Amino acid sequence: MSASREEGGLHAPAHASHGSGGHGHGGTHTPIFTGERRQQLDELLTRYPNKMAGLLPALWMAQEAQGWVSEAAMEEIGGLLELTPAYVKGVVTFYTMYHQHPVGRHFIQVCTTSPCGVCGAEDVARAFLKHTGCGELGVTSPDGKYTVIEVECLGACGFATPVMINEEFIESVTPERVPEILGTLR
Amino acid sequence: MGYPHKSHPRETPVLSKHFGDPEARTLAGWRQRGGYRALEQALGMSPADIVNVVKESGLRGRGGAGFPTGMKWSFMKPGDGKPHYLACNADESEPGTFKDREIMRWTPHALIEGCALGAHAIGAETAYIYIRGEFTEPLRVMEAAVREAYRDGILGKNAMGTTKRVDVHVHKGAGAYICGEETALMNSLEGRRGNPRIKPPFPAVSGLFGQPTTINNVETLAAVPHILTNSAQWYKEMCLSSPKSTGSKLFSVCGNIRKPGNYEVTMGFPFKEFLYDLCGGPLPGRTFKAIIPGGSSVPIQTLDEAEATLMDYEGFVAQGTMLGSGGVIVFDDTQCMVKQIARLARFYAHESCAQCTQCREGTAWTTRILERIENGEGQMDDLDTLLEIGENMTGKTICVLSDSCATPVFSGLQKWRHEFEAHIKQKRCPMRSAVAA
Repeated sequence: MSASREEGGLHAPAHASHGSGGHGHGGTHTPIFTGERRQQLDELLTRYPNKMAGLLPALWMAQEAQGWVSEAAMEEIGGLLELTPAYVKGVVTFYTMYHQHPVGRHFIQVCTTSPCGVCGAEDVARAFLKHTGCGELGVTSPDGKYTVIEVECLGACGFATPVMINEEFIESVTPERVPEILGTLR
Repeated sequence: MGYPHKSHPRETPVLSKHFGDPEARTLAGWRQRGGYRALEQALGMSPADIVNVVKESGLRGRGGAGFPTGMKWSFMKPGDGKPHYLACNADESEPGTFKDREIMRWTPHALIEGCALGAHAIGAETAYIYIRGEFTEPLRVMEAAVREAYRDGILGKNAMGTTKRVDVHVHKGAGAYICGEETALMNSLEGRRGNPRIKPPFPAVSGLFGQPTTINNVETLAAVPHILTNSAQWYKEMCLSSPKSTGSKLFSVCGNIRKPGNYEVTMGFPFKEFLYDLCGGPLPGRTFKAIIPGGSSVPIQTLDEAEATLMDYEGFVAQGTMLGSGGVIVFDDTQCMVKQIARLARFYAHESCAQCTQCREGTAWTTRILERIENGEGQMDDLDTLLEIGENMTGKTICVLSDSCATPVFSGLQKWRHEFEAHIKQKRCPMRSAVAA
């Protein structure tokens, strides 16, 4: 159950502020695909026979730049790839990894699918909620630092419980290890 | 070597031989271990000859369906004037399965070599490796290896100094189990929502970008170079039971077991010895109760069935289930089957693409009923309703996600019906109170 599917309603205003993530979601949109990033996108597009295939990679680049994918970013990408903003949004809403609103600086995903579930994954998720001060799944902590969600199968079932924090993948997490892991995050 | 455990003497480490060895990740290290010899050899062969070798070896798809690889490749018509594509399915998302992750993490060049070789065999110049977005480390490792292979001239316009063009690109998914379904993967790669497509047309006729496409699993492609260098006969002789199942197979083992991890055995290995000798048996003081041998979508086995199984495509079918992706999930006597089956249903409900009514409604409805029973609020006629919904979810949709949700429900009601009835009669989960006491 991802935060994006639960909270990112279709009718969310374009620049709604959820929490205090502060990822540059002001009133005006600063273009993302300029300079080096534009070059990188153009290089990527040479790998495919049409522009549309560059959509998922472009959305990843936007999320990397902004911390989430704003509607303005979707519009910008649509313009570059010759797709309507509505089409782009349709694709964004299908995938759970694109954030449709700002999330905590450290986005923590705990796998709780069956193989991890039988090894105590729910206790790991609870430990993250407790030590981050988030309290509830999908809610960003008041300081904007953390968001914790349960995620379906991370594909590392033999290393229960796997946890992803932004791009970092941590294996074999137990509730006892949670404070130490959080201590390494800035 | 083996990872996370050293290879057991009874394993057959072919694909996993260099797991855990960081040197094997680099191009130089891979070459020292015999890498890219098969590709060099293959680029000097005609595509038809390569397809014949793979056919002769008996290699079957390792992603779940077990379709003969050589035959799949032979569906690609040479000289049709159309661009052909190879798609490598690295969207490993089936709960219980984590073998492709290790292949990509430790032996990225094995996969690149398999992709380049496969591309040549099917008359394609481009191969895409579609990796699930959550696999951040395998992505980094694969991307670095692809860069190395281009720098070295293995990939590109003149692959390995020949006149053949072979491009391999890594494409990052964005979180959707369904994108492991082959036609959903193609839609996703094209920049669409990952909805499965109606077949026919099959990918070999109209796949990626509407062109003839072959899609193979990571483990399948990684096995091909070994077949080329060691011969089809060598591969065919790796067989302990059914001659229709050849070669070595990686099994991922997880859940309530002493030594979870990846194990590579010859097809036909006895499952009982696998579970107790290689994987160390149950945790101290516990006993095995139920086993899902091929990823969450296959029927659940009782311990008796599992212990009588020989680990190959036919052997698992003979004991009421399927080899699937080789993801072994073990539940021991502390687990409540109602709770576990409810959790699996919840997974499918979350991952349904919602395109087909039977799946969209059926996965959610099944989950609600199962969770109600687990919470002590079920009624006896819920069990009939579950079976009826399950029937309506089987064989009626575009892809098999819907069937996969119904499968564990059928297994549960057939083999552990008493647990469901106990929940309803006692109006609570008997296991939960037992654990709490």
